[in-house]
Amino acid sequence: MKAKHQRLILALVALAGVAGAGVLGASALRDEAAYFRTPQEIRAGKAVVGEPMRLGGMVAAGSIERQADGVTIRFVATDGKASVPVQFTGIVPDLFAEESGMVADGRMRADGTFVADRILAKHDERYMPPQMGEMPKGLAKAAPQG
Amino acid sequence: MIAELGLALLWIAAALACLSLVAGTIYLRGGQKDLAALVRPTSVAQGVLTALAFALLIALFVRSDMSVELVARNSNSLKPMLFKVAGAWGNHEGSMLLWLTILGISGALVAIFEKRLREDTLIATLAAQAALSLGFFAFLIFSSNPFKRLPVAPPDGQGLNPLLQDPGLAFHPPTLYVGYVGLSVAFSFAVGALITREIGPAFARAMRPWVLGSWIFLTLGITAGSYWAYYELGWGGWWFWDPVENVSLIPWLAGAALLHSVAVTATRNALRAWTVMLAVIGFSMSMVGTFIVRSGLLTSVHSFAVDPERGTFLLALMAIYIGGALTLFALRAGTVAEGKKFALLSREGSLVINNLLLTTILALVLLGTLYPIVAEALGEKISVGPPYYNKVAGPLALILCLVMVAGPLLAWRKDDGQKLWARLPMAVFAGALVLVLLVIFGGRIGILPLLGMTVAGVVAVASLAPLWGRNLRRTPLPTWGMVIAHFGVAVALAGMGAESAFIKERLVAAAPGDTIKVAGYEVLFKGVRPVAGPNYTAIEGTLIATSGGASHVLKPESRMFPGLMGTAPTETNEAALLTRPGGQLYVVLGQPVAGADGADRYQLRLWWKPLVWWIWLGGALIALGAALSMLGRAQLLTLWRARRARKDRDRWK
Repeated sequence: MKAKHQRLILALVALAGVAGAGVLGASALRDEAAYFRTPQEIRAGKAVVGEPMRLGGMVAAGSIERQADGVTIRFVATDGKASVPVQFTGIVPDLFAEESGMVADGRMRADGTFVADRILAKHDERYMPPQMGEMPKGLAKAAPQG
Repeated sequence: MIAELGLALLWIAAALACLSLVAGTIYLRGGQKDLAALVRPTSVAQGVLTALAFALLIALFVRSDMSVELVARNSNSLKPMLFKVAGAWGNHEGSMLLWLTILGISGALVAIFEKRLREDTLIATLAAQAALSLGFFAFLIFSSNPFKRLPVAPPDGQGLNPLLQDPGLAFHPPTLYVGYVGLSVAFSFAVGALITREIGPAFARAMRPWVLGSWIFLTLGITAGSYWAYYELGWGGWWFWDPVENVSLIPWLAGAALLHSVAVTATRNALRAWTVMLAVIGFSMSMVGTFIVRSGLLTSVHSFAVDPERGTFLLALMAIYIGGALTLFALRAGTVAEGKKFALLSREGSLVINNLLLTTILALVLLGTLYPIVAEALGEKISVGPPYYNKVAGPLALILCLVMVAGPLLAWRKDDGQKLWARLPMAVFAGALVLVLLVIFGGRIGILPLLGMTVAGVVAVASLAPLWGRNLRRTPLPTWGMVIAHFGVAVALAGMGAESAFIKERLVAAAPGDTIKVAGYEVLFKGVRPVAGPNYTAIEGTLIATSGGASHVLKPESRMFPGLMGTAPTETNEAALLTRPGGQLYVVLGQPVAGADGADRYQLRLWWKPLVWWIWLGGALIALGAALSMLGRAQLLTLWRARRARKDRDRWK
C-alpha cells in the first residue's frame, strides 16, 4: 500500500468518524435537549407532561409555602402574564427569594404542577439569565448595570 | 497615576507587538535580513510590559483605588487581601488583561528558550504570536479598558461576587488561563511552520514541550475548577456539563489529541498535516471558548457582563485568526511531504484511533454547547444538559480508555495481534475481577458506572505494563510520565464510577439533638451559632459524625454577605467536608424552618460520596505525568546531568 493510499484511507476513516459523530449527536440531541419554557408558554400548552424541561420565571410575591417535612417547598413561578405552581424538595439556592428570578429544571406533572429537580437563582446583581431579560421590566428587579 | 501608567504600558506593548509583526514579515518576505534580530527582543519586551501593566492593575486593587471604575465595581476596601488581589482577574476586563499577559509571556518564553527551531520558522512563529497579541490588545484598549477612571470616585466599591470569594478563585482562573492561552504557542508554531514549510520531526520535537506545558495547566485548572465547584456551590456535583466547563474541556481534548499526534510526528515522521491542523484547532477552541464566555451568550456565574459590542469584536477577531490559519493550512497542506507508512495494528495506529475518538468527543461537546445558542437565534429556547453529554461522551470515553490499554503496549510501525494479547492477561483479569465483584456485591448499578469501574481496573493494571521487566532507574522520564498519566485516568475513572454508583444522600429538617444516619455514619446535629467573618456574617452548624468509634466534627456554614454600595445582600453555603480513605462526607446547612411547636429546625443535606476524591487525585496524576514527560522532552534534565558531569570532571582536575 502506498503512503498516498494510506493517507486517503485515514482521511476517509476520519470523515466516517465525523459523520457518525454527527448522527450520534443529532439523535442524542433530539432525545435529550430540554426546552426552556416560560409560564405563559406552558399555559399555552407548549409543555408535554413528563418531558424534561427548564422553567424560567419570577417567584411570585407571598407564594412560597413550606411543607411540613421542612425540606419541600411550593411556590408560584410567574412571567407577569401567566403563572405555574412549582414543587421542589431540597435546599434552595442561596439567592432564591420571592420577587426574584429563578430557573428550574424538572418536568410537568399531569395535575399542572411543575416538579423541579434543581433550582437555580440569579447569582448576583450583575448576572441575569438572558431569558429573564425578555420579561416585563417591572418584574425583573435587576439593578442597573454598574 | 498608576492607572494612566498601566494604560500607557498597554499602548507601548501593543506598538512593540506591531513592530515584531512588521519586522518579522519583512524578513520572511526576503527583505532586510538584519530585521530578524529585532523580533526576539521586541517579543520579550512586549511580554514584560504587558505583565507590568497587569501588576499595576493588581496594585490598584490592593490600594482599593475607587477612582478606577473596575476597582469600584469589583472590589471593596473591607475585603481580605487575597480577594483584593484575586479580584483583579475576577471580572471581564481584568481577566482579558491576564489573557494578554499570558499571551505576551508565552511569546517571550519562546523567544528566550526555543533553540531547536530553524531561525526563519522561529521568526515566523514569533510574528504569528505578535499578530495574535495585537488583536487582543485592540480588544482590551478599545472595548474593555481595565484602567478607565470614573469622573467621581465613590467612597467605596461594590465588592466581589461572594461566590468568587474563595481561595479557589485565586488559583483556578489563572491556572486555566495559562493552559488556555498557552495553546497559542502551538498555534503560532503551526502557522510559522506552514509559512516556512518546515513541517517534520524537528518541528514536532520543538513544539512538543510547549504543548505538554499548556496541557498540564489546563488539566490542573479543570481539576481545581471541578473541586472548587464541588465544595463552593454546595450542590455536591463534580461536573455539571455547564457550558463554561465545556469550553475548558474542549481545548483540553484538543490538547490531549495534539500531544499524542505530535508524538507520532516527532518519533515516526507521520501524521504531519494532522498534527499541524490540531495545533490550529487547539487555540481556536480556546478563542471560541473565550468568545462564548465573554460575549454574554451564556447563562452562568462566569459570564460577567452582557455586552453585544464586545461579543462582535471577539467574533471578528476569532474569524480573522481561525479563518486565516485555516486558509494558510488549505494553501499549504498539499505541499506537506508524505509521512511514513504504518500498519493499523501499531503504536501509530492506536494513536490515530485515540485522535479520532478525542476529536469526535470534542465535536460532540462543542455541538451540545453551541446548539442552544444557534437554536435561540432561530427562536427556540433549548438547554442541553448532562443526559446528552453522558450519552454521547460516556461510551466514547470508555472506548478511548480501552484503546489506551493497548496503545502503549504496541510497537511502532507494525505489531502482531497475538503478541499484544500475550501482554494483556493481567489487565483483563483485573477488569474481570472488578466486574464480577461489582455484579455480585454492587447491587443495582447503572451501566455506565459499572463499565467505568471495570475499564478503570483494566487500565490501572495495563498502564503499569510498560514498566514490567524494565530497569526502573533507567526508564526514561517520558515513559514514567505516560505511565503515571494513564494510571491517573484509571484513578479518576474509578472515582467517577464509584461516586455515581454508590452515592448515599439524606435530606432532612433537623432540630438540635437529632441524629441522622447516612452510609454507616451516625451524624449528631448539635445546633447552630452565629459567627462573624471579615466581610460577612454566618450561621455555623455543628455536627458530630461517628463511625466505628471514631468521631469527627463538621461545621458547615451559611454565609450572608451584606450588600455593598447599592448591591443586594448575598448568601452562600459553605459545605463541610470530612475526607476519609473511602470517600467524603459532605454536609450542607440549609435554611431554618420554623416548626409548629416553635422550635427551630434546620435543613441539612448529607452525602456520602465514595472514592470521590480519587477524581481529583486522578487529575493531579495526569498533570504530574504530563509534567514528567515534558521535563524529559525539554531535556532540562539532560542539560543538568551534563552540567553536573562537567562539574565532577572539573573537581578531578
